[in-house]
Amino acid sequence: MNITSAQYQQDMDGDNCAVQAVIDGVTWSVPMDTSNTQYQAILEWAEEDGNEIQAAE
Amino acid sequence: MAVSRINEAGLDVNQYGNRNLIINGAMQVAQRGTSGTLAATNNFLVDRFTGSRLGGLADIFDTAQVSDAPDDFTYSYKLTQDGTSVTLSGTNASMFQYRPEGQDFAHLNWGTSSAKSVTLSFYVKSSVTGTLAVISTSSNSDQDIAKEYTINSANTWERKTLTIPGPTSGTWGTGNSVFGYFTWGICGVLGSARETSNIDAWGTGSGGTSITVTANSTNALATTSGATWQITGVQLEVGDTATDFEHRSYADELARCQRYYYRMKPINPSGGVAHAGAFNTHARTSTELYGVVHLPTAMRTTPSLAISATGDMTAYHAAISLTVSSFTMGGMSTAASAEINVTVNSGGTAGYAGWIRINKATGYIEFDSEL
Repeated sequence: MNITSAQYQQDMDGDNCAVQAVIDGVTWSVPMDTSNTQYQAILEWAEEDGNEIQAAE
Repeated sequence: MAVSRINEAGLDVNQYGNRNLIINGAMQVAQRGTSGTLAATNNFLVDRFTGSRLGGLADIFDTAQVSDAPDDFTYSYKLTQDGTSVTLSGTNASMFQYRPEGQDFAHLNWGTSSAKSVTLSFYVKSSVTGTLAVISTSSNSDQDIAKEYTINSANTWERKTLTIPGPTSGTWGTGNSVFGYFTWGICGVLGSARETSNIDAWGTGSGGTSITVTANSTNALATTSGATWQITGVQLEVGDTATDFEHRSYADELARCQRYYYRMKPINPSGGVAHAGAFNTHARTSTELYGVVHLPTAMRTTPSLAISATGDMTAYHAAISLTVSSFTMGGMSTAASAEINVTVNSGGTAGYAGWIRINKATGYIEFDSEL
């Protein structure tokens, strides 16, 4: 997967509930479920130098 | 008839159901569309199978679900070299791959002394002749085996049968994780990390690199302008014998596929029904709408959510329509239901009910829990 950006999304209580990520050119709302392969890829991507999941706005 | 009256000896094994461990082996379900390219690393077109390009290979293959198929089949998956002139280098490679879920293959006992053999059969047709390989790989690539097959006659449907011995070692996924990988190599640089020497016998794998070729593999599919490769009738069954392909109903295959991917879209866009009601909402604030989609089958895990475009969605709210700016997967979503937070630009009223409509024939909402 080619991930080009990632940013947390928050629910109505202000808690992080998902990650909005651009993966292979498509914008996905990815649940923070470690069985989800896109979330796994985002966590691996965030481990690489220079990559970071941005805080929610 | 009482079960005790059934004479098992008189039954043909081809009559037994649930032999095929592969979902969508007849390539009949294609929720994402019927044509594409290998633009990304994973390119699902027909459900459950992904086409990939690796190691920086240019996007040289067009893909399609086509109606050219052998007798008894309606569809096949087709790769077509798009005419780009290429010389393979480095770790360039391409492949067609199936990724089963661990709990569906656990009874094979792979990685133990009780490992069972399986037989893979499929129909293939290619414009170029030569040897290609199907590579089976454990979930962490610590074991692999290549079974070679030959395209004997160009542009002719041929059924291939490959028996894969049960591996007694290696790491094989369990539960809802990926069990391992079954890869039809399309091309790959010989002598590179894409090649395995484990032909017909399990051996130590690369530990990570996607394998696509053996030393005997042809790369003519990549280097021949307009070359084609088609496949359908993929069946994997326990034992050393290939039985007739087990045809399942479209509804059965669709439901199985929707465990991994579900696309909600207008049912019949060409027939004048260009819109589709998606889900009901209620407004929490003037810009936040919440709704729940009950997924048609429990998915493998909580799915990711995407939409075709915000402009393809309309939020109806009392007597007005609101402009959608984003969809978010809510924190209380599960594998069976998606809690969706729809943000609209303005104009909502807290407490009002409404609904989301997909307002274009080409619009869709997609849920992905692929392996």
